[in-house]
Amino acid sequence: MRSVGGEFRREARRAGAVLWKDLLTERRTKANFNAVVFFAGLVLVLFGFALGPDAGTLRLAASGVIWLTVLFSGILAFNRSYQSELEGGALESLLLYPGDRRSIFVGKLLANLAFVLLVECLVVPMAAVLYDVPLLHALPGLAGIILLGTLGFVTLGTFYAAMASRVRTREVMLPLLLFPMLVPLLLAAVTCTRALLEGDLMGDARTWIRLLVAFDVIFLAATLAAFEYVIED
Amino acid sequence: MAATQPPVTTLPPPPASRATVPAADRPSRRLARLGWAALGLFALTNAWAVAASEPDRMMGHLQKIMYAHVPTAWSAFVAFFLVFVASIAYLWTRRDRWDHLALASAEVGTLLTAITLVLGSIWGKPTWGVWWTWDPRLTTTAIMLMIYAGYLALRAFVDERERAARWAAVVGILGFVNVPIVYMSVRWWRTLHQVQSSPRSMDSTYLVGLLVNSIAILFVLAWLIAARAEAARLEAEAETLAEHRALGPLAGERRA
Amino acid sequence: MWDRARACPPRRSAPRAPTSPVIPLSQSRSPAVELDQLARRFGRQWPLRAVSLRVDAGEGVALLGRNGSGKTTLLRILATTLRPTRGGGRVFGHDLRTAPEAIRERVGVLAHAPGLYADLTARENLLFAQRMYGAPSDERSVAALLERVGLVAHAHERVRIFSAGMTRRVALARLLLRPHDLLLLDEPFAAFDAEGIALLNEVLLEARARGAAVIVATHDPERAAIALDRMIRIEGGVLAEAAEPLHALQVAR
Repeated sequence: MRSVGGEFRREARRAGAVLWKDLLTERRTKANFNAVVFFAGLVLVLFGFALGPDAGTLRLAASGVIWLTVLFSGILAFNRSYQSELEGGALESLLLYPGDRRSIFVGKLLANLAFVLLVECLVVPMAAVLYDVPLLHALPGLAGIILLGTLGFVTLGTFYAAMASRVRTREVMLPLLLFPMLVPLLLAAVTCTRALLEGDLMGDARTWIRLLVAFDVIFLAATLAAFEYVIED
Repeated sequence: MAATQPPVTTLPPPPASRATVPAADRPSRRLARLGWAALGLFALTNAWAVAASEPDRMMGHLQKIMYAHVPTAWSAFVAFFLVFVASIAYLWTRRDRWDHLALASAEVGTLLTAITLVLGSIWGKPTWGVWWTWDPRLTTTAIMLMIYAGYLALRAFVDERERAARWAAVVGILGFVNVPIVYMSVRWWRTLHQVQSSPRSMDSTYLVGLLVNSIAILFVLAWLIAARAEAARLEAEAETLAEHRALGPLAGERRA
Repeated sequence: MWDRARACPPRRSAPRAPTSPVIPLSQSRSPAVELDQLARRFGRQWPLRAVSLRVDAGEGVALLGRNGSGKTTLLRILATTLRPTRGGGRVFGHDLRTAPEAIRERVGVLAHAPGLYADLTARENLLFAQRMYGAPSDERSVAALLERVGLVAHAHERVRIFSAGMTRRVALARLLLRPHDLLLLDEPFAAFDAEGIALLNEVLLEARARGAAVIVATHDPERAAIALDRMIRIEGGVLAEAAEPLHALQVAR
């Protein structure tokens, strides 16, 4: 009875509504974004103390440190994105609307993606300064790698947080579930970033990029398929 | 199990002597026998392989640890594949028996993975001089261990039975999907920096021994998983029994 | 009307054969709700043990019971939030286990918890709900609804600072966003003042007049008497033998 186009429009509206709601909530409680950015800066500085003070060492370690900082600070966003649903029974109301539950996942994923990308816009320049790493020459490629890596990170993070945020030990549960799954992504992202920053872009990087894309596609599909099972009570 | 029996409200009396084992206990007796047979077989094949093979050209008798290490690693992988299959089956059918199988396979798999890593380290220390090296297979095994430790932690912290089973199934499926990806990525990562050789280089005389042991350990695996799954099933039954005693039987309740 | 808990053993909970296509409410001969030996387990507890129930279109049923008698669980199953553990049922001909999405299209819920976003305003909560129903946002109808529930003055205030009664009114406005065929309300009279209760009864009577079925869980039959015509007691997860009629005359006030 419904056209496919009409269905899609409806689901897109639902995803858009969740995205709008999450971003609006985040903007109203601004504290979270600022706290995460400051935390990321702190992590960068701490890594600097732990690995430095030799400038050469720091420059070599920069790619790894950037991505670890993104992981440790970005993860703070995921449980938070479900927090508004857990207060006052909002999640149950959310699940009562007719329509595909996967749109809810897409909306949350996009909201988290925007959040983490925004954090990275500040973290990467900070790292470039602290670790003395020139990056303007590699900017377009770097932006691409950051986007691909963040997408996989946010996909899995949003997915696992749907479970972890509803468990008693949520602070430790999310990293425990999420970080082992991110190993291929971390390896690929760091290797490509290092290759780009050091300017020696061998054919190797292309394999890693393919791995990154495959990782993103596989887990986007898998999480979309599995979300229904996870979001129910 | 008879399908339409009324729920049991009193437990059967313990068996008077070994000869009169009640029917309900016979599966566990069979399992115990299977267990002894499997362990015995594996011990035998290992002993034969260790005795019958020559000391390795490079590593001497130490190489024979492979007769335990390789089968353990391979059976851990089989266990995780079982978690994957049982998880899918559970989500598809929602029958508890698949959940019991998934839990059992995950626990046994985690145990075997830990053993694999320990044996690998024991081999590695005299060979490479270090307890740990970022060898792709060993590293992937370590990541696998962490993925399934997360699986078990999730089950432990989710209170409601059905939700725990459902969520664990999803985690088990995604975790297994990631294993080949992890392996590939670690392998490529390692080839970027020429490091130590992997423990692949072995004498062909070892292959027969490995094959025999790998088959023998499958029996051990089957026994461990069957025993654990049976324990899980019994736990679930005991809970249902306790419910009946506490709340009174449901009208015509059937056992799963 | 059979609402008696059956004495014979329940059927195996196998997936049902394909059900009939959706028939518009006015032409429907089949009941709005049909439950058969429904049971639900939570860990070791069984809040619902063997519930069989039938509710027809246009009926108003009060579900009476103490706290912990299973009222909320039953409503949640009807809303498809929970799946039944054993037994089953149909809402508008759609099986609870196999076709929950079809049921959700026609059911509206006023739950015990408000289910609103505290950091959004009343107006924003309603706009969100509109879009979650797949419709484009419509400021005018949202404004009209807020006026009906008496919250126009607070439309741009965040729900976080509302009183319990005001929050309930926003939830009621959300319920009115579209015409549901089955309304499920969990202890709705609790947070409202006299004006709110009058509004609620008005809403329920309107819904029944256009053919919707209404089920209200409450432990206060007097308040329910105005808009509903039947009451069923639930105790220990099982419905009482027969329904009792609810007469407005029984009400003291």
